[in-house]
Amino acid sequence: MASPAPILTLRRVGKTFPNSVVALDALDLEVRDGEFLSLLGPSGCGKSTALRLIAALAEPSRGEVVWRNGESEPSASHTIGFVFQEPTLMPWATVSANVSLPLRLAGTDLHAAAARVAQMLDRVGLSEFASTYPRELSGGMRMRVSLARALVTDPELLLMDEPFAALDEITRFRLNNDLLALWQALGKTVVFVTHSVFESVYLSNRIVVMTPRPGRVFTEIAIDAPYPRDESFRTSAEYAGYCRKTSQALAAAMAQEASA
Amino acid sequence: MNGSLAAWLARPQALLRIVLPILLLALGIFAWHLVVAINDIPPYVLPGPMLVARTLVADWPVLSASLAVTLLTTFEGLALAVGGGIGLAILFNQSRLVEYSLYPYAVILQVTPIVAIAPLLLIYLPQQAAVLACAWIVAFFPVLANTTLGLNSVDHNLVDLFRLYRASRWQTLRHLKLPAALPHMFGGLRIAGGLSLIGAVVAEIAAGSAGAGSGLAYRIAESGYRLDIPRMFAALMLLAATGIVIYFAMSLISHLVLRRWHESAIAREP
Repeated sequence: MASPAPILTLRRVGKTFPNSVVALDALDLEVRDGEFLSLLGPSGCGKSTALRLIAALAEPSRGEVVWRNGESEPSASHTIGFVFQEPTLMPWATVSANVSLPLRLAGTDLHAAAARVAQMLDRVGLSEFASTYPRELSGGMRMRVSLARALVTDPELLLMDEPFAALDEITRFRLNNDLLALWQALGKTVVFVTHSVFESVYLSNRIVVMTPRPGRVFTEIAIDAPYPRDESFRTSAEYAGYCRKTSQALAAAMAQEASA
Repeated sequence: MNGSLAAWLARPQALLRIVLPILLLALGIFAWHLVVAINDIPPYVLPGPMLVARTLVADWPVLSASLAVTLLTTFEGLALAVGGGIGLAILFNQSRLVEYSLYPYAVILQVTPIVAIAPLLLIYLPQQAAVLACAWIVAFFPVLANTTLGLNSVDHNLVDLFRLYRASRWQTLRHLKLPAALPHMFGGLRIAGGLSLIGAVVAEIAAGSAGAGSGLAYRIAESGYRLDIPRMFAALMLLAATGIVIYFAMSLISHLVLRRWHESAIAREP
């Protein structure tokens, strides 16, 4: 597969926090149109910081984030969808009110918004829970609501910050499958932060392995297995091979810190 | 509502929580009656419960008029405190400079004993306004402090989400901060309701003037001067009952608003 044009490039991006912790140091990263990119690394390698910089929720201390149109910030408020580590739902609002939030903030016409929300809830399989409050849902269902909310504005880029880390394995596998199905159906570009080798191999076209403290790109691994991927891929020798290769890369990245 | 109330009452724990205090009250009243009857205590020292009840009925025209005055002051004070407290908390939340400038004075207003302020207010303001001001001063701070805390304890990820979607200040306040602050606000309201009554009572006693517009606290002071101890007790009971009703009214409003989503309002399986 020839690499498509990047929709976003990080050039020598560094981030130092006020407590003088260097989270990122000279990170070079291209996010290509339509790909499923995973940032893999141990905790504290600045993966989440990288996502926040892309989303313009934080300013880089050094270097620059450049979008396709040459801007340093996404062109519109609906360009990016963000799924946090926790579902981050408003507990006082129903599922449909939570999902429609981005549209309401953008001042979308109520009628159009309702149709769009219903469509997204249907996509994540939560149509019958539209008027339920978040506390009445399971952890996995809350994450689905969060995913529906991130996709409701039809963003170009979906940023996901270890979204399934707190879920049990069965729920996580199911959400992985559903996420892949959504990605294929909607054709979004995804940047997915994780510390799980197995999750990153299962989901991605491309894995960027990062070194810890300060975060930097250690190596890049292309996962050329075709989609759709399903349980047979998860149990295949090919999958096991990629996992071994990725694990070795991650171990080498972490050894770098020890020697530094 | 009725269904859930019935279900709630059906639980033995819940029933005990109602029956036990009532039982204790009955025992206390009976003991009171016995002490008065056995020792033959004259009513100007300690009236028995029956006499207090009879006085409550006999003096109802006077007492109810005073109750109405005190209630009106209390609710006006509370309404002003809620409006002012929430308004100022929002202002503090929007501007650090305003918060830094004004917060110390809000604290000073709170920590200075209201009993000491009341006589001064009575010099500069007409009596009714002074009483209202006292009710407002004491009720105002808990609303302000709790609302401020609520507005500041919003989930940081949700704040990021609102920034991501480039929400305006007004949108963030309306859709995020105010709803998130509601539980704290109601906590403040519950305290403020009782304090507003206390403020009104303190000011009425400090004012100490008779006439058509005099509240329950004045009735207590007046009855004290006249050694009409049964009426003192009757007025005191009415004040206590008012306080209890206000507290439960605030709790009920809080429950009705929060019951769908906030942990504090959700009944758990035993």
